[in-house]
Amino acid sequence: MRKNITFTLNGDRVSLEVASNTMLLELLRDHLSLTGTKEGCGHGECGACTVLVDGRNINSCLYPAFEVEGKEVITIEGLMGPQNELHTLQKSFAENGAVQCGFCTPGMILSAKALLEDNPKPDADAIRQGLAGNLCRCTGYVQILDAVQKAAQDFGIED
Amino acid sequence: MSTDWIGSHRPRIDAFAKAAGKSRYIHDLKLPGMLYGKIKFSQYPHARIKQIDTSRAEKLSGVKAVLTAFNTPEIKIGFIQDNWVLKKDKVRQYRDEVAAVAAIDPDIAAEALELIHVEYEELPGLFSPAEALASGAPLIHETDPRGRPKNDNLLDLPWRFEHGDVHRAREESTFWVEDHFSTKATTHTCMGTAGCLAEFDLQNNLTIHCKTQIPYLAQKDFHQALTKMGLKGKNVRVQIPELGGSFGSGLDTHSYEFLAILLAHASGRPVKIVMNREEEFACLSPRQPTETIIAQGCDREGKLTFREIRMTLDNGAYTSWGATTPSVMMLPISSLYRVPNISYATQIVYTNNTYAQAMRGYGNPQATWALESNLDQLAEKASMDPYELRLRNRNHPHETTPMGLKITSCGFQECLEQVSEKLEWSAKRGSDRKKFRGVGMAALFHTGGGARVYRSDASGVILKIDDFGHVHVLTGGVEMGQGFVASLQLVTAQALGVSPENVHIIFGDTATCPWDVGTHASRGLFTAGNAVLLAAAKARDKIFQLAALHFASRVAANIKKKRKAGESVSDPECRTSYDPQDFELKNNEIFLREAPDDPLLRVSLEEILRQAHFREQGQMVVSEAFYDPENEMSDMKTGKGNISTAYIFGVHGLEVEVDTETGQVHILNYVAAHDVGRVISRQTLEGQFYGGIVQGLSYALCEEIKTSKGKMLNPNFLDYKIFSAADLDFPIHLECIETNDQAGPFGAKGVGEPGLVPVAPAVANAVYDAVGVRIKELPITPEKIRAGLKGD
Ligand code: FES
Ligand code: FES
Repeated sequence: MRKNITFTLNGDRVSLEVASNTMLLELLRDHLSLTGTKEGCGHGECGACTVLVDGRNINSCLYPAFEVEGKEVITIEGLMGPQNELHTLQKSFAENGAVQCGFCTPGMILSAKALLEDNPKPDADAIRQGLAGNLCRCTGYVQILDAVQKAAQDFGIED
Repeated sequence: MSTDWIGSHRPRIDAFAKAAGKSRYIHDLKLPGMLYGKIKFSQYPHARIKQIDTSRAEKLSGVKAVLTAFNTPEIKIGFIQDNWVLKKDKVRQYRDEVAAVAAIDPDIAAEALELIHVEYEELPGLFSPAEALASGAPLIHETDPRGRPKNDNLLDLPWRFEHGDVHRAREESTFWVEDHFSTKATTHTCMGTAGCLAEFDLQNNLTIHCKTQIPYLAQKDFHQALTKMGLKGKNVRVQIPELGGSFGSGLDTHSYEFLAILLAHASGRPVKIVMNREEEFACLSPRQPTETIIAQGCDREGKLTFREIRMTLDNGAYTSWGATTPSVMMLPISSLYRVPNISYATQIVYTNNTYAQAMRGYGNPQATWALESNLDQLAEKASMDPYELRLRNRNHPHETTPMGLKITSCGFQECLEQVSEKLEWSAKRGSDRKKFRGVGMAALFHTGGGARVYRSDASGVILKIDDFGHVHVLTGGVEMGQGFVASLQLVTAQALGVSPENVHIIFGDTATCPWDVGTHASRGLFTAGNAVLLAAAKARDKIFQLAALHFASRVAANIKKKRKAGESVSDPECRTSYDPQDFELKNNEIFLREAPDDPLLRVSLEEILRQAHFREQGQMVVSEAFYDPENEMSDMKTGKGNISTAYIFGVHGLEVEVDTETGQVHILNYVAAHDVGRVISRQTLEGQFYGGIVQGLSYALCEEIKTSKGKMLNPNFLDYKIFSAADLDFPIHLECIETNDQAGPFGAKGVGEPGLVPVAPAVANAVYDAVGVRIKELPITPEKIRAGLKGD
């Protein structure tokens, strides 16, 4: 079965036809060429595919594309400003050593954004819990936790 | 502006694009007309292939190529060439490749695999070295790679190391302890799964984008395959996309890469094969499981007297470079602490388990697990503090070990002292210690100055400077997340005298970048960094020669101008000949060292370059260097040889609390001290240690490939647990001790692997200190601790 869906993607209205078994991850990566969202497992276990749907961080590999009808989707590409200015969190990750291979990074940053929007001044435990669904094999998380803490403290969070 | 880039906190240059989601990994590459390849793996761990019927798959619309061993040339792979890209007679493990297809989309490719029918005759399987070594066990390989009949399941790679007289030393030791330690298969779990994309041009030259740490050795393997395919002499270009981690998994070439090549050739279209997570878990090679019997002894004063180790490695069904890990295990076994008598022997056994390969530390973690756990047992037997025992037997700077390793810089003592101090070792082990809490430590020894595991240990670089003062360094090294690029950028900036923004590191293309033996053994920055120092020195010479010409003509013009204006010209102002040696280059500007403030004698790098290019009989500034460190291959027979130019030391310690109800280990505090030689990029260095430690904790506490008769039971992150951020509820304190190694670039030693190496024994020692349970088999699970508490 195919169906037309309309939703907001990184601020733009998008209308297209998708098959019922298409997941949001596939829609973003394969149909819309937004390859900043990564696939690490395809089964909701690693968080590499995290995007924001109406501000909530979800695993796009398990999220049916149908369900974004009428919703607002933000991917890592949508965090940057019009001149490619990095978002506070992206900057904080890059500047605080939170990025190694970078494969987990987009998902990690979006989970951090959802966390900070919900809880602008999280303590260390809240940050750990907020990122618990995003696996990283390279960094050991220490600099990631630090980057999120600093983004929250130093800059406050922007939209 | 600061000009000292060494040790700076500067962010990694590659981090920005990665945080922006702009970096392109293999998963993100798409070419016009590209097909999707998929592999059919065996349904049995050991079986004879009777026939393969691909007729239905071939008829499926959208399928462009279907390959089996019956319609492709025989291509052998692996360290001793005992593996085949496609299996013809037998399968020996579940992940054996029996067929491959390429189709216009991944779903059709998957459907085509379902339509391939393979008829097998099942054979008895052997799933542990003990089973494989039992008398009457069936043979996994009936012949060796040269076709000679085999009569057992042993690999013909009996690594040995003998020094002194262990037998006598054991008899003369006041204390000694013998025990048995084992480790399980674990896997890299790179967040970016493996994959490649192969394409041929119309002349049948191959370009392959692949996830490798050895682009030039891979190039050779692919050349051999092309020869088998009747394409001898064609060009092979290896290109490396952004890598989503590697951790040793890219040290071999793999069947899937050759299958992409075969499929691309058969279909005439680019073919991409990417592993899904389940395939990555079950069909790529893990770290070797080991069984170790170890004994160490000491005299009354606690001086180590001997070390005897017998180790069995489960090779799995085929042989990768991973089978040479005992040559690296030999390093700590022969040289961690001063031990006068050593005997080490290994046997590597074929089984019907998945074949093993290299992983961060290259055998060292398995060896150190046994060494450092057993050392604590010895300390207890000798009634000594384990810290004191370590301190007493530590290595010293400038000594040669029994293996012939020439230790130069050595911060072992400082590492021990730092960990003891930061962990409050004596207080925590004192009389008013808290119940069920304990501290433990373990040390590490590893190569830090390259490693001659191949005949070459070289790195090539080409350095070129453009008209705008930008410097491009082409390197054969590989960035896989570890921070090679960021570190090399700082070394180049410092060595040349330019700002890091003007330095661009180009890697990952055999067509443009010079040769390098591979990024492994924590050698990347050490060898490429040294190559950059050599190339930068050559470039500076040339720049200063050009500057001497430039200043001479500038001064002459100035004199002329002044005279014309009727001004007098002083003597020093008339100097028009300069020795290139008198110049300095800093902050992208060249000036006379003795007159740094004279604007007449100061010129930007870009101006010099522009002039050099646009002049008649112009010149360019391109320099190259091929750095091969002064180390040697260890002798196959004796195991001796100074395989690295520098060695790295480290000590980890931690405090734990063990929940005696659940068996859970709760880490309270973790301290890691490393002799790093010199800090180059601080964030990168710290990232390597944090990352290594947490990977090590995962290895120590949770990771294990669980199998039933050779089949992986937990090929997903729910059942194969690795640490998540939620597990990081304790501080990790890093101490970097700078010993300024004489051979390292600006004194730096390699740091990629060491962070992981001593973690597991440190945890086990802490658990023992807390609750008196000695865990001898990794991982250290709550069940094992509970069983130990019950006295099982
Ligand atoms: S790819 Fe979606 S959770 Fe792993
Ligand atoms: S940076 Fe590599 S997985 Fe997180």
